[in-house]
Amino acid sequence: MKYPKLSLDKLINEGTGSVTVQERRKFLKLGLSIAGVYAGGTILSLTSVIGKAQASGGGVFVEKYPYNPHYSMVIRQSLCIDCEKCVDACNMTNHVPEYGYRTRILTKKYTGKLDKQVEFIPVLCNQCNKPACVRACPTKATYKDPVTGIVLMENKKCIGCKTCILACPYDARYFNVEKRAVDKCDFCWDKRLSQGETETGCSAACPTGSRTFGNLTDPENIVYKLVHQLEEQVWVIRPADDTKPNIFYMKGNMRSVDNILNEQKFKYFDPNKS
Amino acid sequence: MTARIVNISKRWGFHGLTALKDASPGYKIIMGFFLLMTMAGLAFGLHALYVGYHHVYGVTREISWGLLIAVYIFCVVTSTGLCIISSIGHVFGGEAFMPIAKRAVFMSIIFMFGGFCIIFFDIENPFRMAIWNVFSPNFVSNMWWMGTLYGAYLLFMIIEYYFLLEQNHTLSRLMGFFGLVVGVAAHSNLGAVFGMLHGRPFWYGPYLPIYFIFSAAMSGGCAILFFTTLGWKINPEIMNQRMERAVKAVTQVTIFLISVIIFFTIWKILTGMVSEGKELIIMSLLTGDYAVNFWLFEVFLGMFLPLYLLIRSRGNNFNLILVATGLMMIGIFYMRYDIVIPGQMESVYHSLGVVEASDLLSYTPSLHEIMASLFGIGFIALTYFAGEKMLNGHQLEKHEIVPEGGYICPGCGAIHFMEEGETEEDAMKRHHRIW
Repeated sequence: MKYPKLSLDKLINEGTGSVTVQERRKFLKLGLSIAGVYAGGTILSLTSVIGKAQASGGGVFVEKYPYNPHYSMVIRQSLCIDCEKCVDACNMTNHVPEYGYRTRILTKKYTGKLDKQVEFIPVLCNQCNKPACVRACPTKATYKDPVTGIVLMENKKCIGCKTCILACPYDARYFNVEKRAVDKCDFCWDKRLSQGETETGCSAACPTGSRTFGNLTDPENIVYKLVHQLEEQVWVIRPADDTKPNIFYMKGNMRSVDNILNEQKFKYFDPNKS
Repeated sequence: MTARIVNISKRWGFHGLTALKDASPGYKIIMGFFLLMTMAGLAFGLHALYVGYHHVYGVTREISWGLLIAVYIFCVVTSTGLCIISSIGHVFGGEAFMPIAKRAVFMSIIFMFGGFCIIFFDIENPFRMAIWNVFSPNFVSNMWWMGTLYGAYLLFMIIEYYFLLEQNHTLSRLMGFFGLVVGVAAHSNLGAVFGMLHGRPFWYGPYLPIYFIFSAAMSGGCAILFFTTLGWKINPEIMNQRMERAVKAVTQVTIFLISVIIFFTIWKILTGMVSEGKELIIMSLLTGDYAVNFWLFEVFLGMFLPLYLLIRSRGNNFNLILVATGLMMIGIFYMRYDIVIPGQMESVYHSLGVVEASDLLSYTPSLHEIMASLFGIGFIALTYFAGEKMLNGHQLEKHEIVPEGGYICPGCGAIHFMEEGETEEDAMKRHHRIW
């Protein structure tokens, strides 16, 4: 039995022109899901919020969220300049006492990096879909709002056992002596969102757009767009705790993100463009 | 009415305030000291409640559970342990353990009350708790179960103690059984309050609920030995052959349980050393700020020294047992402290590698916290010393207190009452449900 001889040298390069857009997207998604695993499973952790589909590598997003509007915040870490205007705005809006805070900006220092030596990471309550604090509370003083998914407090029920403070993996809670209850970020529900505003105090005050607040169920919303792109990695803090947080983090200064915001998809990958 | 009280005091071996009046001056000084400690602690606690805990306690946003929680746990662990060890005798019928039951159940109730005294000054809104625990219960919260089950436990223990005084063995055994079941459930729930905080790797896992039960049994054995031998110092008459046998049996069980806890501790340390989330805290216990707490108090005073001394005592040398268990009580307190505080030392953002969370957090108890803790401890000590006198050393076999119509059961050593026309044997059979 004879096998036909293959001469690789004689094969003609098909070029990228004949590859369909769908093929290319599929390939990119495959690569990204692997990259996600290598980057510490951060992409995979994100999928727990959105649905199983993204983790499968098949690449179909499931646009199903437990709440509507599903409030969420995307923090573009590279844009934060530590001006603390968000913290001030939060303290003003929510009358946060001096000894406490609802949000803060953490500093991460690097050595031996070419582009920057320091990075700022704003942190706040992650309004988790599986909140550890809500489970821990003995009297249901803290609860998940059935409509918006915001983790709220019913002050009069708080007995001050402080279990929720320790249950929270994001250090988002403190005991407010004046309220005689534990206080936390409520996405400004009390002071702004319920009054008809569309943004939280901190995101409205952010001069660089590092904090982006929006509705994750609305495909036209910026938060939706930032989370549902594949070009840039999106992650959450402490994914191993499996609280399914709703604060997403990304570096956020890549051109691909600009493209999304400008609705110029695939600008850099257009095969017909020379 | 008066006659009835006299009757009950006779039946219960209750000596009343006259026993305190007749006490020696030294005894009165000791009781005065603990009374003073209780009052001072209460004053400090009330002051803290009035000005706000925030101003006078050393706890912070990150370390929200401080000394008070550690002492509360110390108290309730000891209470559960007393219940567990004493149940070997009067619930499960281990005859050697029977004579310790009365004192153990009494101390178990007192330790529980002491624990509640302390937690009262830690919970920010203790009065709301009574309302919302009932009207807005969260059935998936360990904290809710812990509070509710401990409440039920205390109730069962009080009823059990009543039946023990009444010499009603059937009902005291039944209540003791319920108390044991509820107590173990409550106590493992206390472990789970820590063990189910999945953001805290040092606590998270099934280890703490299991450890708490064994640790409680060890504390219970230690507490029974300590309070019995101390009671013997106060009133040497309480020792008799049956009591000596009981002390020996409890010593043996305690030696076994210390070994179990040593085993638990070794594996906690070894597994923690290879875990990213626990390593820093474990190293702090081994070589860092908490090394003295761990090596000197927890390991040496809490485990190895008592283990050695208890083995040396052979269960006969009460002085040695008293010293060993006294030191062990101190060591056990540090064991609780080394669970509560180090679990919070590592900031939740440590793994993020940020500057703010690079070091371990520190905590030092404030004066108000120490004093509020001493309120509970003082209360326990005061009630113990009062109880030893007023309840006549919790003893069963003292001829003066055997009332008319009663006799000391040769089987269990308790006082049985004969009904009309009944022989001693019939009464014994009736009490022990032997037909």
